[in-house]
Amino acid sequence: MMRRRVVVVGGGLAGLAATMKLAEDDIGVDLVSMVPVKRSHSVCAQGGINCCNKFTRAQGDSEWNHFDDTAYGGEFLNNQPPIKEMADWAPKIVDLLDRLGVPFNRSEEGNLAVRRFGGTLYKRTVYAGASTGQQLLYALDEQVRRFEVDGVVRKFEFWEFLGPLIDGQGACRGVVAQDMFSLEIRAFPADAVVMATGGCGLVFGKSTMSMVCTGGANARCYRAGAHYANGEFVQVHPTAIPGADKLRLISEAARGEAGRVWVPRRQGDARHPNDVPEAERWYFLEEKYPKYGNLVPRDIATREIFALCKNGYSVDPHNYAVYLDLTERATGIKREVLHKKLGNILEIYEQFVGTDPLGEPMKIFPAVHYSMGGLWVDYEKNHHTGGLNWDSPRNQQTNVPGLFAAGECDYQYHGANRLGANALLSCIFSGLLVGRALRAFVQNPPGGGAAALPAGLAERETARHKAAMDALLKRDGTENPYLLHRELGRLMTANVTVVRDNRDLRATLERLEELRERGQRAALSDRGDWTNQNLSFTRALGDMILLARVITEGALRRDECRGAHYKPEFEIPAPTADDPAELQRQALEWCRRYQRQNDEWLKTTLARWTPAGPEFSYEPVECHLIPPRPRTYGVRGAEVIEQVWRAMSPARGNPGGAAGAEAAGAAIGGRA
Amino acid sequence: MNDQAQRTISVRVRRQDRRGSAGYWQTFRIAHQPNMNVISLLQEIAARPVTVEGRHTAPVVYDSNCLENVCGSCSMVINGRARQACNTLVDALLAERPQVEIAPLSKFPVVRDLFVDRSRMFDALKKVRAWIPVDTYGPIGEGPVVAPEDAATRYDLSRCMTCGCCLEVCPQVNHRSEFIGPQAIGQAALFNLHPTGAMNSGPRLEALMEPGGISDCGNAQNCVKACPKQVPLTWAIGKVGRDTTLHAIRRWLMK
Ligand SMILES: Cc1cc2nc3c(=O)[nH]c(=O)nc-3n(C[C@H](O)[C@H](O)[C@H](O)COP(=O)(O)OP(=O)(O)OC[C@H]3O[C@@H](n4cnc5c(N)ncnc54)[C@H](O)[C@@H]3O)c2cc1C
Ligand code: SF4
Repeated sequence: MMRRRVVVVGGGLAGLAATMKLAEDDIGVDLVSMVPVKRSHSVCAQGGINCCNKFTRAQGDSEWNHFDDTAYGGEFLNNQPPIKEMADWAPKIVDLLDRLGVPFNRSEEGNLAVRRFGGTLYKRTVYAGASTGQQLLYALDEQVRRFEVDGVVRKFEFWEFLGPLIDGQGACRGVVAQDMFSLEIRAFPADAVVMATGGCGLVFGKSTMSMVCTGGANARCYRAGAHYANGEFVQVHPTAIPGADKLRLISEAARGEAGRVWVPRRQGDARHPNDVPEAERWYFLEEKYPKYGNLVPRDIATREIFALCKNGYSVDPHNYAVYLDLTERATGIKREVLHKKLGNILEIYEQFVGTDPLGEPMKIFPAVHYSMGGLWVDYEKNHHTGGLNWDSPRNQQTNVPGLFAAGECDYQYHGANRLGANALLSCIFSGLLVGRALRAFVQNPPGGGAAALPAGLAERETARHKAAMDALLKRDGTENPYLLHRELGRLMTANVTVVRDNRDLRATLERLEELRERGQRAALSDRGDWTNQNLSFTRALGDMILLARVITEGALRRDECRGAHYKPEFEIPAPTADDPAELQRQALEWCRRYQRQNDEWLKTTLARWTPAGPEFSYEPVECHLIPPRPRTYGVRGAEVIEQVWRAMSPARGNPGGAAGAEAAGAAIGGRA
Repeated sequence: MNDQAQRTISVRVRRQDRRGSAGYWQTFRIAHQPNMNVISLLQEIAARPVTVEGRHTAPVVYDSNCLENVCGSCSMVINGRARQACNTLVDALLAERPQVEIAPLSKFPVVRDLFVDRSRMFDALKKVRAWIPVDTYGPIGEGPVVAPEDAATRYDLSRCMTCGCCLEVCPQVNHRSEFIGPQAIGQAALFNLHPTGAMNSGPRLEALMEPGGISDCGNAQNCVKACPKQVPLTWAIGKVGRDTTLHAIRRWLMK
């Protein structure tokens, strides 16, 4: 029998994991990627990958704790069956990577070395220097090359995905893609398609992401009918360095290895940081979050930095910046030791800023970093384990039959905020999972699969894409796509990142509409028929504007604060009273409001494309194992909230129900 | 301050429209900004592709992705030296000479402008079987224990990003030779150093004993100096050289 054939679009960690898993099961793969897969964006990941491990287990850690940290970190917006399954698989995935020869750092005994990352109290992160993503990507790339030599995998590198092939019944039957050199457009029929095309940082102009991370491919699936979920959740990383072309990340691993964040206590203090005495340094995260310190989750660290800089504490006159200190004076750790663990990021800082990050504190700035939102995908819960049915073809499938998604381009694993070192895990996990899901799916693909493509479908779709390209190549106009992209980036960064305000969001939607119109007047400065990068970029610009609209409108509708989505107007004021009874009352009010907020907003945003703009709907989040609780990270002053919430909980048959809050209110009221 | 604001940079770029067509130079003038790298010069040209003569032209085509010296895409010959466009800072270049000159790598076929075809390096990875063959991707337990020093050596080799700078500077890599180049030899060493990989080091060594293999290395040692990731290439070449000799003797004794 002829081999079953799947098209995998994108060869970052998710796409490669899916490809190798499929190939192992002797399912043929056409792997389509805009860049040689070994140069995919995953190569940038620095700090590490999370798993419960021997060392943390000895301290009482478990897969359950990892699961709990992930849910709490995502403010309970992530469906629990998939993240429970992911946490359960994490140690096994790291074992596999180790067997594949990833040069992880080692302990003296030859075990995998571990470090701490944000949003957890355990050292749950294994790493390969400070270029873990590079090392993991290479390991998977090597496995796929092995199957390429065997002929099971065919690679189409420097090919750009233009859209899925959708049949009359609405099922996905393959893709249309373009050779980026010859500009040939052709169809790739398949029994199923996996999108593994990464995030959309370029919607914000400059970010920590790579140049292909426009989200273009994801927008094309959305345009073709796939639902886009939680688009408004965008992670802004607290520690990056600005550049003329991109913002470069300084990994959370720097803080995991004892790096400390501070500003001078005096606003506008112009002294060199090394001249600021200890007593005049304000380690504001350590002070405010005694439990997690510098390793609070990213959304919280970023907001704290923003607020401080807004109040005049920035250490840079033109930007929002604070110090990240890795000097021996601040950390007590010797230069050589840090070099072994963080070499790559130290090099990045030295090369691009020009000073020695171990000799003086680094100056760091927040930057757009990760897309929690993405293509909506399904899962099938295992009622026995609370995790997933590993074999179900529902796992990772979008609402379009036959179209699957995995990696950063799906929305599934990180809720309202992703924890550091959980992305590499979710990418590899979802890649392996989709591979397994397809094993069942391709036995009986919709409409008979690749071999029985409806007559004319491929021809019609290639002709449509070709006509669109010809029109774009010929188009006259006054707008310049690169300058429009800069405008888009400035607009989105100013209004749809750390702090959001409904008035600004409304104005942004209007500006986006204007950019969309102007985008249709963008003319190419290259009309050639050979390796035309201008063509590819201008096409992606339209996609970025489309996604910007989904992100912005999703943010406008969501009237609450959750994880990375922060609207001060809807923030629940923290209890501040000195009088204990009043404090209790305020805390109770806080908990009630938090409860109401969950009742109203603990739900997934779904956007569906229509010619008139996105149509929004919402679906409930499955929190069947860990009931939502206030996400305080032990901030000073929040003890009373936790106390009140705990007192409320046992009174509730249904944790999370409003009735429980009332009952608890009565109990506490009685005591006061 | 005004002088600073109006300072411009002259950028000379080697261009070529198609595979095999003749190359030519164009010069652009770009406004100077602080912290510019060579990529940002090319981005500025793309935003306004007009030469010093005032001629409208197509944006310069080049390969890039991560922009932080880890994906290996943007290797170019900049002011005569093969390096990454992303981590080459313009102010440092201007301190050397007043004009910035950018040309494609010369040891690979040009696709267009600065974009070259480096597929020979990926083919070389197939040839030296640069992977660890495992029995299954299923959960069958931990990997082998590795000493921290061995892991560190392997990490140094594994940072190779297939950028091509080492081939560019190697006198033995040229259109008359079949020499596989330093990168692939470094990768063979990487896999032979792994406990599982060592079990099948034979085929890797044999691939490098063929024509175009390790014996074509002329020991010029340019590669290790040009490598932007400090991959210990001469160490790897020495090691693989000794291992191939041993392998040949062993094979001869087994006959
Ligand atoms: C600087 C940085 C550091 C990070 N560090 C960490 C870390 O330490 N730990 C952690 O867990 N996470 C980290 N992350 C996040 C993590 O790296 C990413 O989320 C992850 O690598 C995404 O992998 P992916 O496989 O989903 O997609 P990507 O690696 O982005 O791959 C996308 C693929 O899709 C292809 N593609 C895109 N569009 C098209 C198209 N139209 N046609 C054809 N192909 C297309 C691309 O060519 C590419 O092959 C970091 C991220 C950044 C930016
Ligand atoms: S060995 Fe160094 S110079 Fe050669 S390809 Fe690898 S990274 Fe580039």
